[in-house]
Amino acid sequence: MARFVLRRTAQSLVALLGVSIVVFALIHLVPGDPIRAALGTRFDPEVYELLRERSGLDQPLVVQYVDWLGRAVQGDLGVSFRSGAPVTTVLAARIPPTAVLAVASLVVGIVVAIPAGIIAAVRQGKAADYLATGFSQVGVSIPDFWYGIMLILIFSVTLGWLPPLGYTEFGEDPVDFARRLILPAVTAGVVTGAILTRFVRSSVLEALNADHVRLARAKGLPERYILRHHVLRNAWIPIVTVTGLQLGTLLGGIVIVEVVFAWPGLGRLALDAVERRDYPVLQGAVLFMAGAFLVINLLVDLLYAKLDPRIAVR
Amino acid sequence: MSGPLLSVRDLNVRFGTKRGTAQVVRGMSYDLHEGETLAIVGESGSGKSVSTLALTRLIPTPPGRIEGQVLLDGDDLVTMPEKQLLQVRGTRVGYVFQDPMTSLNPVHPIGRQVTEGMRFHLDVSEHEARDRAVDLLRQVGIPGAEKRLDDYPHQFSGGMRQRVVIAIGLACDPKILIADEMTTALDVTTQAQITDLVQHLQEERRMAVIWITHDLGVVAGIADRVMVMYAGQVIEEASVDRLFAEPRHPYTVGLLMSLPVLGDLRGEALTAIPGLPPSPTDLPDGCSFHPRCSFRDDERCLTEQPPLREIAPGHHVRSFYEVDDATARAASAAQRIEVEPPEASNDDGSPDAGPPGGGRP
Ligand SMILES: Nc1ncnc2c1ncn2[C@@H]1O[C@H](COP(=O)(O)OP(=O)(O)OP(=O)(O)O)[C@@H](O)[C@H]1O
Ligand SMILES: [Mg+2]
Repeated sequence: MARFVLRRTAQSLVALLGVSIVVFALIHLVPGDPIRAALGTRFDPEVYELLRERSGLDQPLVVQYVDWLGRAVQGDLGVSFRSGAPVTTVLAARIPPTAVLAVASLVVGIVVAIPAGIIAAVRQGKAADYLATGFSQVGVSIPDFWYGIMLILIFSVTLGWLPPLGYTEFGEDPVDFARRLILPAVTAGVVTGAILTRFVRSSVLEALNADHVRLARAKGLPERYILRHHVLRNAWIPIVTVTGLQLGTLLGGIVIVEVVFAWPGLGRLALDAVERRDYPVLQGAVLFMAGAFLVINLLVDLLYAKLDPRIAVR
Repeated sequence: MSGPLLSVRDLNVRFGTKRGTAQVVRGMSYDLHEGETLAIVGESGSGKSVSTLALTRLIPTPPGRIEGQVLLDGDDLVTMPEKQLLQVRGTRVGYVFQDPMTSLNPVHPIGRQVTEGMRFHLDVSEHEARDRAVDLLRQVGIPGAEKRLDDYPHQFSGGMRQRVVIAIGLACDPKILIADEMTTALDVTTQAQITDLVQHLQEERRMAVIWITHDLGVVAGIADRVMVMYAGQVIEEASVDRLFAEPRHPYTVGLLMSLPVLGDLRGEALTAIPGLPPSPTDLPDGCSFHPRCSFRDDERCLTEQPPLREIAPGHHVRSFYEVDDATARAASAAQRIEVEPPEASNDDGSPDAGPPGGGRP
């Protein structure tokens, strides 16, 4: 087990290194001078010189990369081309809202998907199955901004129960924080739930049809016990994986939901950075998203090894 | 002798499929007495497994549908409430399934898989159940059983897993053991060890066994009676001696003539009977064997279903025409020559020594 952890951690680090190269290359893939491209046609030559020097663009590529990586490891990701603020500071402000929204959306998704998927599988071909599959189908096929807008129209505009936009820090006002979180979390959660429902259903169905389930029945075990210990226990393995991947995706920023609800998260930040050609910020955001994804993947794999005895031994 | 332990009457199993209704078991009737061994033989897909799964309603309904009577000590299992049926499964009827590679749950240690039935049905503590599991596992030939209770299925070879599955089947002292290709995956020595164990239990506790196999060699050695199945029907039934000495159905004769290499009859051996068995969704009118029958080809075979006739006491044949003495004797002789020397056998029970595929299209 210890070896497995070590090996998977090493793999993740290598992957992260790969990502860092891609992210670094980003700035150099832009044709011409990235700072010029960022600043547009009219700019202050003084700002230009300052930025150029600080980004070390006059050095050979390898030197630049090693330099950049060395600083990145110490938490220095450069400065924003726009505001001049350190990228780390910019990111630090955006990560909590995104993390909060991602976790809340995942919770909504799980709360919907696990029961719906299990019931659909157990009652395959019956009304409950059609209901759950129907929800899942609709959930995935309608874009999330539509749910967002509908929810705002219903709960903010018509009923006036919840604020339509914005974000309040928990420390500032916990109640307002929660009230503002509900609509975006439900919006992203519906889509996540729809994806997961479908997956939970198929995983449980597959587990239900396994040969060893028939042997469990032949032992005369009660159906509830079989469902818990021989079906769900096995179905968790793939479900945990996909749920983890969903969290990784959500942490990458739910761009559209963040835009609809004016949520100051990472997705928003990355989108703005693209529009404004603020490459250091974009680099930082992408690096963080990839890193978060890798860390979650690692955790999922470790959990997976705990759930599946076949892995731990290998 | 008292009445039969198990009495099956006109058992029919159908499945609703996309291509229509599959009639997988048709009009099966038999009695099973205490201590008796009944063998069921027949090609892959002839309904052997389904017919025994249906006894305790282990097939999913729907798409399956079970009709007829299955009387166990006078209780009809076909209509018995589910809750009562749970008591029957495991305790009165134990199963050993066909595929050792997939019959165990990969995420639970094997000890638990052996004890969990006991914990539900027998009045035993966790500790007693474990002791009993060690005992059983030792009896089926798992070395160092007490040290292996907490191992997972993937840590065992195919042959060893098969033994675990056998221990599970025997865990709650069933009155009837249904052994579906129980020893096919095992080497000859282990095979003998397991059949000895089962025969011992039969003598000691009057356990009855339904032994499903392709291996006519095993049948000759342990069975009292044999039922030959074809396309969901019993086409010949007799005592084992009589069936081997005087086979009367053209299909049985074909089987005996096709000289099964020990252990597997569905491979090349069966090509000795030309053609393929009919699909259960598209059964021929008349006798289901007639498209492959080289014996007689009358109008009657094409249009009329032959009944199961008793041609001698305890010998039933479902055919309008019986094979003549000369052919029967030839088949009987062919069988004797080829089956006696146990030359080719499956090997040491390593994972790839299992029987080829489940054969479900
Ligand atoms: N759930 C199901 N739905 C439809 N058809 C089924 C189902 N289960 C089994 N069958 C069909 O029933 C027939 C008999 O299957 P069965 O497993 O009893 O054969 P068998 O005689 O045990 O063969 P083998 O020697 O390969 O084990 C096959 O044609 C199979 O396709
Ligand atoms: Mg079978």
